Amino acid sequence: MTDTTSPILEVDNLSLEFHNGTQRVYALDKVSFSLARGETLSLVGESGCGKSVTALAVMGLLPRFGARITSGHIRLGGTSLVGLPEREMRAIRGNRIGMVFQDPMTSLDPVHTVGMQIAEAVQRHKGASRQEAYGRARQMLDLVRIPDAGNRLTAYPHELSGGQRQRVMIAMALACDPQLLIADEPTTALDVTVQAQILELIDELKTELGMSVLLITHDLGVVAATADRMMVMYAGRIVEEGPVERIFAHPSHGYTAGLLRSLPGHGARRRSPLTEIAGTVPRLDRRVDGCVYAPRCGFAEAGCDAPLPPARPVEAGHRTACIRAEAVLAAMQDNDIVRSWA
Amino acid sequence: MTAFLSLRGVGKDYPLARSGPFQPRRWLRAVDNVSLDISQGETLGLVGESGCGKSSLARLIVQIEALSRGSISLGGVELARLGKAALKQARRDFQMVFQDPYASLNPRMKARAVIGEALRNYRVGDAAQIEARVEELARQVGLGAHLLDRFPHELSGGQCQRIGIARAIALNPRLIVADEAVSALDVSIQAQILNLIVRLQAEMGLTLVFVSHDMSVIAHVADRVAVMYLGRIVELGATETIFAQPGHPYTRTLLAAVPRPTPEARGRRTAPAGEMPSPLNPPSGCHFRTRCPHATPRCSDEVPALRDIGGRSIACHHAEALLSPVPAPEVVHA
Repeated sequence: MTDTTSPILEVDNLSLEFHNGTQRVYALDKVSFSLARGETLSLVGESGCGKSVTALAVMGLLPRFGARITSGHIRLGGTSLVGLPEREMRAIRGNRIGMVFQDPMTSLDPVHTVGMQIAEAVQRHKGASRQEAYGRARQMLDLVRIPDAGNRLTAYPHELSGGQRQRVMIAMALACDPQLLIADEPTTALDVTVQAQILELIDELKTELGMSVLLITHDLGVVAATADRMMVMYAGRIVEEGPVERIFAHPSHGYTAGLLRSLPGHGARRRSPLTEIAGTVPRLDRRVDGCVYAPRCGFAEAGCDAPLPPARPVEAGHRTACIRAEAVLAAMQDNDIVRSWA
Repeated sequence: MTAFLSLRGVGKDYPLARSGPFQPRRWLRAVDNVSLDISQGETLGLVGESGCGKSSLARLIVQIEALSRGSISLGGVELARLGKAALKQARRDFQMVFQDPYASLNPRMKARAVIGEALRNYRVGDAAQIEARVEELARQVGLGAHLLDRFPHELSGGQCQRIGIARAIALNPRLIVADEAVSALDVSIQAQILNLIVRLQAEMGLTLVFVSHDMSVIAHVADRVAVMYLGRIVELGATETIFAQPGHPYTRTLLAAVPRPTPEARGRRTAPAGEMPSPLNPPSGCHFRTRCPHATPRCSDEVPALRDIGGRSIACHHAEALLSPVPAPEVVHA
């Protein structure tokens, strides 16, 4: 009997380094989170913050050389994934975790039909016959609302639109009934109307199939539209985590505040200067004990350089790594986005 | 106010490969009969989805592409009539900022050389004067002088985009066309670059054509917005008007689809049905009719003209009916 209350995915104290002989990059620093069954958890942050690396670590797709998990655990429904032999990891990938990437054109094989690519996944993971696998492929194309699925099985990726290609990727990821779907910027390469269609599709399928979704995105609008909970990442660390409504209404980390303030197009102050986040993201080639965001943070004070205490809860289910959380929250009360969630 | 940049019936067709040796050549109509007037110092936002023709139109304006039909005049001079030498001189007045900050810079040229290239091409002073001007430009765009001797791969995306902007303003142009200039940047860097563009525009009195797929960026920078769909402008008007009360069914679809970080976004179903038709074979009449909930037989028979309704221009046969639930303000002519 499967346990329905325990989380589907648990990441505990995960630290990860990349090195190439001369240089070392501390890509993830003590990342901990869990994902409940049927939940959509969004991982937000800018380029290089570690959100995709987190997904690759869960999938066991880190480069074999040059990447090293230095501490921590990843558990998928009780199975520990760190250090699992590649053979066993391969059985989990696709079967229990499905993944959708940003660019559907480069993720699909251009020389094979989409039907064959979905069927191949089913044959490999489920040991199905060719005929069964093609039947399943057809069923999956129906499921992802591709019209005229029977005929589209024989289409090549270049014959499909960007939105349809992403639907095919989703069909492939879900063909073996995974418990967890990891979607890494699934709509970033798509137009807004197509993005809306794909986000709705993922949400509907999540309910229909009872999956959990880990949605990686840089877009706070996408988070607001789809996620139950969100985690904000910066420079390899989770800086704030909590329910979506809670964080938008009570941002409690200097970086979350910075992201919300820098968004254009909100409120009536057109062409008035946007609040910039000064400077650029740090190089992660040395360990930082204090807050990594402090050098760019408008709320920083002397204590921010001191070794950081573990992320603390500000309310049930809402934690922040910011020692200036109260000041941040007070200053964000006049922000249009924050006010809209109050 | 007289128009500074004026487009009349502008069109662009791209030839497609023949399907066979004796087959007729086919054409893709990327831009279809676009007429626009932009006054000096104004910012026009061009929005639409992939394949709507917004980038093609931007490239036509800066004369990177040749017009198939129509005319473009800048400051009263019709650009297509200029000879090669005269066009080269005219180019000092209009420059472009591109989307990909890395791809649009020569990887083998240092920042200093990139920014100074146009100055040398137009022989603006001697080497020392050019050098001084490059350093002044770097200051103007917030690029540290120590970064001038770096190659693009040694710089961040935001820094490269500052170089792209410095290069564009080097010759004191009067018009800048920015094609998705902040789309490749993270939000915090995007805010820096948007602020820079808005500040430079005010300082230099620039006219700006700002192309973007991002409605919130357009809402922030543009005075007026032109919404494009399959090569045509479907709606054109003041930013406030269009965002507060979109008139064309496509504008409504587009605005509704943008996920905004507000509570209204939660659980809302706003995705339009269907996909954009192929630009190779657009629907007859109104191009949007195949996805439009208000389409009638007239929409397939007759191309809707861009007409003035409710304080902006809309290319829709049913615009009056669509705008009527919210009464349009009465325009009283004294």
